[in-house]
Amino acid sequence: MSELLTQLHAFWSALTTYWVSLPFGWQLTLKSLAGIVAIMLPLILTVAYLTLAERRIIGFMQVRMGPNRVGPWGLLQPFADVLKLVFKEVILPTNANRFLFIIAPVISISTAFAAWAVVPFSNGVLLSNANAGLLYILALTSFGVYGIILSGWASNSKYAFLGAMRSAAQMVSYEIAMGFALVGVLMASQSLNLNDIVLAQNGGFSHWFWLPLLPLFVIYFVSGVAETNRAPFDVAEGESEIVAGFHVEYSGTAFAAFFLAEYANMILISALAATLFWGGWLSPVQGWHFLEGTSLAFLMHTSFIWFAVKTCVFLYAFLWFRATFPRYRYDQIMRLGWKVFIPITILWLVLEGAAIVLKIPPWFA
Amino acid sequence: MNAVRSWIRSLLLVELFQGLGLTGKLFFARKVTIRYPEEKTPKSPRYRGLHAQRRYANGEERCIACKLCEAVCPALAITIDSEQREDGTRRTTRYDIDLFKCIYCGFCEEACPVDAIVETGITEFHFEKRGEQIMTKEKLLAIGDRYEAQIAAERAADAPYR
Repeated sequence: MSELLTQLHAFWSALTTYWVSLPFGWQLTLKSLAGIVAIMLPLILTVAYLTLAERRIIGFMQVRMGPNRVGPWGLLQPFADVLKLVFKEVILPTNANRFLFIIAPVISISTAFAAWAVVPFSNGVLLSNANAGLLYILALTSFGVYGIILSGWASNSKYAFLGAMRSAAQMVSYEIAMGFALVGVLMASQSLNLNDIVLAQNGGFSHWFWLPLLPLFVIYFVSGVAETNRAPFDVAEGESEIVAGFHVEYSGTAFAAFFLAEYANMILISALAATLFWGGWLSPVQGWHFLEGTSLAFLMHTSFIWFAVKTCVFLYAFLWFRATFPRYRYDQIMRLGWKVFIPITILWLVLEGAAIVLKIPPWFA
Repeated sequence: MNAVRSWIRSLLLVELFQGLGLTGKLFFARKVTIRYPEEKTPKSPRYRGLHAQRRYANGEERCIACKLCEAVCPALAITIDSEQREDGTRRTTRYDIDLFKCIYCGFCEEACPVDAIVETGITEFHFEKRGEQIMTKEKLLAIGDRYEAQIAAERAADAPYR
């Protein structure tokens, strides 16, 4: 036993000396790679279980069980689904643009994952503490639409093309409302750095931005649902009209990539809603001093758990919406985006600007 | 005034929240799903499933080859050949039901004067090879022998309504 321990210790010290001997650039790259793995693996696992949660929760809301056969409570179902998709053939349609057809799911999935680089999981716990974090997120979520447009174009299929066109118009329209909603956040926090935005909301439940920016929060979240092409804004898929929309020609792993991207985007939108409007990792009972000394005092700590809980609540809302609302008609989507959301956001930005200039307490003092 | 009220209602998402309330309530409702292999839906004693041929208590087969079932069968699924046995009674030499043709209407059961051909409540059966769907006399009698208790109980339960 002690033999093994000494060997392990020798190995560890060798490793640390090797680490110190590495040039700084290498150290940085390796650290970043470790961080990427540490974010990606739990994220992919969350996506897997989000698919199960979706089917179970929507099943429950439709007064049925949902998948409960594979493993206890159906907990192994995601792995069965993944195995099935991996073993299926990726079919390249004739006359499809091979390069674009293959690159499209890659674009979708890489932008969906890359945006996670600036999401703060706890105070200072983020891959890249970029000062223009919010801008980076906006850029990447906008870039994700290229995956959908390219897949629709490259498939050489009418349904796919219609889906891509719908999705493009919808995402471009809602990007504006979403951008304006985020402008409200950065006006209130005076920062584009996501970590600083959370710190600007310090002080408990009523100090978070959801309260002064309630209309912007609602618009942000609804636009987020539209951005991720989720029900009731899923005209890009529209399985009852255009079969499966932009990914109708995709199968196997390529389809799985689109699926993964969609769910990763859902989680991202939920995480951002928690970060920007609901205080990220901050505790809702922060500053409730009467809790001190009781067994509930741990609730007052800021921690990753609060971030995870808030994200899960928004993810549940995504599924809840899907179980509740019928799909919007296309012209209704456009009307909502252009004639309702954008005017409301602009109005609220003006009001918020006035509140900041006039230093209206308690939020803008 | 009405326009203003409906404008405010739509702005406050009143109806959307009502919808969410409904699904939110149903989330906790008792689920109607039947977990099939463990749970099964209740079945009427009149259920018309897999066919069987019955015997009398002394082991003699009931069928007297009157061919009424063959005549009444709307799908022409039944084929019967018959002969005279040594004791002078008429019996079938061949009694085939093609289950692919059969529409499970129960007319054969109704037509039978001696309650020989019956449809049981058995629903869980399948075929793996071509030709297995032809239920021969031997197969039908075997099913009848095996499930006689169940068949008799079903008939007894339905008797008051006949």
